Amino acid sequence: LSTRGRAAIVGAAESDLGEVGPGFTPLDLIGQATDRALADAGLSKEDVDGLFSASAYYSMATVSAGEYLGIRPRYSDATNMGGSSFVSHLLHAAAAIEAGLCEVALVIYASTQRSGGGFRGLSDPPNPYETPYGPRYPVSMYALAASRHMYEYGTTREQLAEVAVAAREWAKLNPKAFKRDHLTVEDVLASRMISAPLSLLDCCLVTDGGGALIVTSAERAKDLRKAPVYLLGAGEAHWHRNISQMPDLTVTAAVDSGPRAYEMAGVGPEDVDVAMLYDAFTINPILFLEDLGFCEKGEGGAFVEGGRIAPGGELPVNTNGGGLSYNHPGMYGLLLLIEAVRQLRGECSERQVEGARVALAHGNGGVLSSQVTAVLGTESVL
Amino acid sequence: MASAEAPVVAYRRYLQNGKLGYQRCADCSSAVFYPRVLCPVCGSGALEWRESAGRGTVYATTAVHGRNRDPRNVVLVDLDEGFRMMSRVEGVSAEEVEIGTRVRFKVRQSEEDEPVAVFVREES
Repeated sequence: LSTRGRAAIVGAAESDLGEVGPGFTPLDLIGQATDRALADAGLSKEDVDGLFSASAYYSMATVSAGEYLGIRPRYSDATNMGGSSFVSHLLHAAAAIEAGLCEVALVIYASTQRSGGGFRGLSDPPNPYETPYGPRYPVSMYALAASRHMYEYGTTREQLAEVAVAAREWAKLNPKAFKRDHLTVEDVLASRMISAPLSLLDCCLVTDGGGALIVTSAERAKDLRKAPVYLLGAGEAHWHRNISQMPDLTVTAAVDSGPRAYEMAGVGPEDVDVAMLYDAFTINPILFLEDLGFCEKGEGGAFVEGGRIAPGGELPVNTNGGGLSYNHPGMYGLLLLIEAVRQLRGECSERQVEGARVALAHGNGGVLSSQVTAVLGTESVL
Repeated sequence: MASAEAPVVAYRRYLQNGKLGYQRCADCSSAVFYPRVLCPVCGSGALEWRESAGRGTVYATTAVHGRNRDPRNVVLVDLDEGFRMMSRVEGVSAEEVEIGTRVRFKVRQSEEDEPVAVFVREES
């Protein structure tokens, strides 16, 4: 498809992360991240003419951010399908740039949920077919999926815990990670049960954080500060919103989004040097490794054993430490894209995947609901 | 002019009468749950209400833990008529509910005094 390599990420930055303190708003963090991403790209806010955002705070995410930043976009996209939204924004931005509707797109997100008192997600009206049973949103929905995967494929809690341990090993190499102390499989198993089979350390962090990405045409990207990271392909898919409507709890819509992205990119899972897989819960990377073709359905649990996705393992996964150990500000999709960009630029110091040329960034939203896959690459793979 | 009865109102009316209602598509025969105004399989608007026999199998299960209370069970149940719903299995501790267990439907009154569809193990 013509979109392959036609747009590139030219700026990427986080806001302050972790616990930013009282009084800061998500817009303040968006301001920090925007300032840093523009400096990263060597652009100014006057260059930005496309704005992309989603929020659990602002019902008109791009409108609020545009006001705060003093940006008057000619193209505005506040698509919200949960944590995957920002991977979707990358695809939408590339399409808008290709269509001539904007030239420099700014993709932004932030949350101050930790300083603000706890998990802040999207709030839909009560569902008369689920709410009466008191599942804890969203962890119980992921727990139901984990229970089914364990039943059908013999996946174990120890294997789930390996995902958390691998994330922590990567986080030890990332100074920006929120949790960097040593973690063992036994620690995960012994942590407080939240919604069986998922215990506290199977769940992502609840942190403040935000980020910004700047996307522009391949032509314009060539003249900017950093080496462009090209969008090779992307695909999106969603089949359900509520967990009781998910056809098979062991198969996500990533089986659609992944092949769409691979086809556009002209690559397959065997070409991926680093995989960023949205790890809101430990079951997620297991499902996505299967659904994105890194292993067969049902083999995800065995795949993550023995440190295979940890530093030094066969497949580097979530090299920033992931939502489990680095940062998870309610919606995490933008932060995983930032790490993919840094890996392809070779900016990751201790945790750098040597010679990384192709990165896969996979976003998940809702309760395994929306799935968006992007394949990014350096100039050498164009 | 008011529309016909809203789907959720019809569902609750079934429950108030001690029954589990679901919909069946007159065109493609799919079982449909949650109740809607059109079939999500074929798009037909010809959905008919049916009473389920209330027998099913636990498809997925979790025990939701909380401070100062016993864990609460939440399941997805596959009904024999071919639809799936969220519910809970009563009469057994939350963590002992197993996938594959045969269950049957009962109506309970919620704390808000609304009728709620729950399940018990088939042999109980």
